[in-house]
Amino acid sequence: MDNRSPTLGRPDADDPALAQLRTVLTARPRPPRPGPLTTSLVFGWRTLLRIKHLPEQMIDVTAFPIMLTLMFTFLFGGAIAGSTTEYVQFLQPGILVQTIVMITMTTGSSLNSDVVSGVFDRFRSLSIWQPAVLVGALIGDAVRYLLGAVIVLVLSLILGFRPEGGFLGVLAGVALVLIFSFSLGWLWTMLGLLLRTPQSVTSLSMFVMLPLTFASNIFVDPKTMPGWLESVVGCNPITHLTAAVRAAMQGTLTSGQTGVVLLWCAGLVGVFAPLTMRLYRTKH
Amino acid sequence: MNQRSCGEFVIEATGLSKAFGPATAVDGVDLAVRTGEVYAILGPNGAGKTTTVRMLSTLLRPDSGTARVLGHDLLTEPGKVRGRISLTGQFASVDQDLTGRENLVLLARLFGFRGRDAQDRAEELLTVFELTEAGSRPVKTYSGGMRRRIDIAAGLVVAPELMFLDEPTTGLDPRSRKQVWNIVRALVNGGTTVLLTTQYLDEADQLADRIAVIDHGKVIAQGSSVELKASVGTGAVHVHLADPAEREAAQRLLAGVGVAVHPGAEPGTLTVHIAEHGASAADQACAALQRLSQADIGVATFGLAYPSLDEVFLSLTGKPAVDQAA
Repeated sequence: MDNRSPTLGRPDADDPALAQLRTVLTARPRPPRPGPLTTSLVFGWRTLLRIKHLPEQMIDVTAFPIMLTLMFTFLFGGAIAGSTTEYVQFLQPGILVQTIVMITMTTGSSLNSDVVSGVFDRFRSLSIWQPAVLVGALIGDAVRYLLGAVIVLVLSLILGFRPEGGFLGVLAGVALVLIFSFSLGWLWTMLGLLLRTPQSVTSLSMFVMLPLTFASNIFVDPKTMPGWLESVVGCNPITHLTAAVRAAMQGTLTSGQTGVVLLWCAGLVGVFAPLTMRLYRTKH
Repeated sequence: MNQRSCGEFVIEATGLSKAFGPATAVDGVDLAVRTGEVYAILGPNGAGKTTTVRMLSTLLRPDSGTARVLGHDLLTEPGKVRGRISLTGQFASVDQDLTGRENLVLLARLFGFRGRDAQDRAEELLTVFELTEAGSRPVKTYSGGMRRRIDIAAGLVVAPELMFLDEPTTGLDPRSRKQVWNIVRALVNGGTTVLLTTQYLDEADQLADRIAVIDHGKVIAQGSSVELKASVGTGAVHVHLADPAEREAAQRLLAGVGVAVHPGAEPGTLTVHIAEHGASAADQACAALQRLSQADIGVATFGLAYPSLDEVFLSLTGKPAVDQAA
């Protein structure tokens, strides 16, 4: 078979195991390269598989929402609205926003530990639409967020939440939260690639997230705040999101409210997705 | 060997360099790898082997230098290169938390196999790599040899034209090592060009058509294994003397008959370097042992071996190989 030096003692090419391997290697023609959507969904499937094998990842979308909903309803309900049932009507959409938006932070810290593993080298050396690795992770996470959203909703209904917007209104509200979370996810993927350890990702995310969620209209009406704070809160994207979700669930959502939220989403993706991809390509 | 001309190069790299901060990892490496051959990069830890492979497989951008891989410029057409190569890194290159089967199905889907086809492709690879039973367990539960096999299988979901294997047998037991060697041979036989890195001269000798020895980011020797052995000797006799006190006498005796000899790390051990080739190499080894017995120096055990990486470096650079990891 070859022109190699006979002194090297190469094994016989007729070894059946080797012949079998050769056959398998060339058994199938190479299929056409899949498109961006298929590739992203395959990576979304990977995220779900990882949840199946590491179910402890679900604690943040199960225990955390229950804790937040109960805590804020009973802590503030009496003081702010006179009764917990009254307050839950106002609070529920906000708590949904806060819970899901807080959960998105874990996307960054889990990507941070994932990306240093050898498997990312393999993904990077494949001829695929490269952003799919991250888009897919965010799609997979959206499934986790959906579960968190369902838990908050069911618990709120038990606590007396009665959305006037009905099923469709609630659906629209949840959809807005998920779209926003997917968009905000790009900020966390960027931090996940930028920072060295999952711990530093978590602490920096907390530093961003706490003021964003508390300096908003989630817990109290901004009209009760001093003027300067009211204008700060007015600029907060979380405020716009919460207002839209609240309106959706009350059945009064306007296209203007939806538009502002979608504009924020486009802005987040437009800024942080390219930055994330740049970091992803140069990470070693 | 196969139909392709052996004169055609799959990798032509000139002056590849890469520094990480102040540390130069790769310093002006030139490589020319021919179609259909196994090319080994031999060197100690931290010599720049992995960095070189990562540059050639488009994962790292060189600071300077140029390279064409499979006819495409590495810097301007990395996408075209990616479609035709496969990389199996030194550390777990599959998802440790997923099962072996899930990993292969995942990759099959990323390559464009759909539904049933992706499952079938995964099953074929599990069978041929003897992992069918282990296929439903998470990879993190695999033994070293099984991990390496799933790593390599993951690189073969679609047969690549050029496969990079970064230290494919480091840390493996002898049997698994043999299996990996056979896989590499089958790959090359099927027309794939293989570039592998290794710390072992015997591995390079067994597998590679040509070898580059790399030290501190520079290629210090390049050639066929026959050529390389001509410069470093074909082997060594490791001798353990019955009485450690006799080592100096033994060294003097052997040096007196013109054989290169070094004391070993343990008391009472020494290494005789064999410079000759073929039948005369055996003669030289026998003669050395015979001299010891004639002088009544008791030999407890002896063994014949390839020159170690240390000895290769000793003859090429005048100093032993040292781990150069930062």
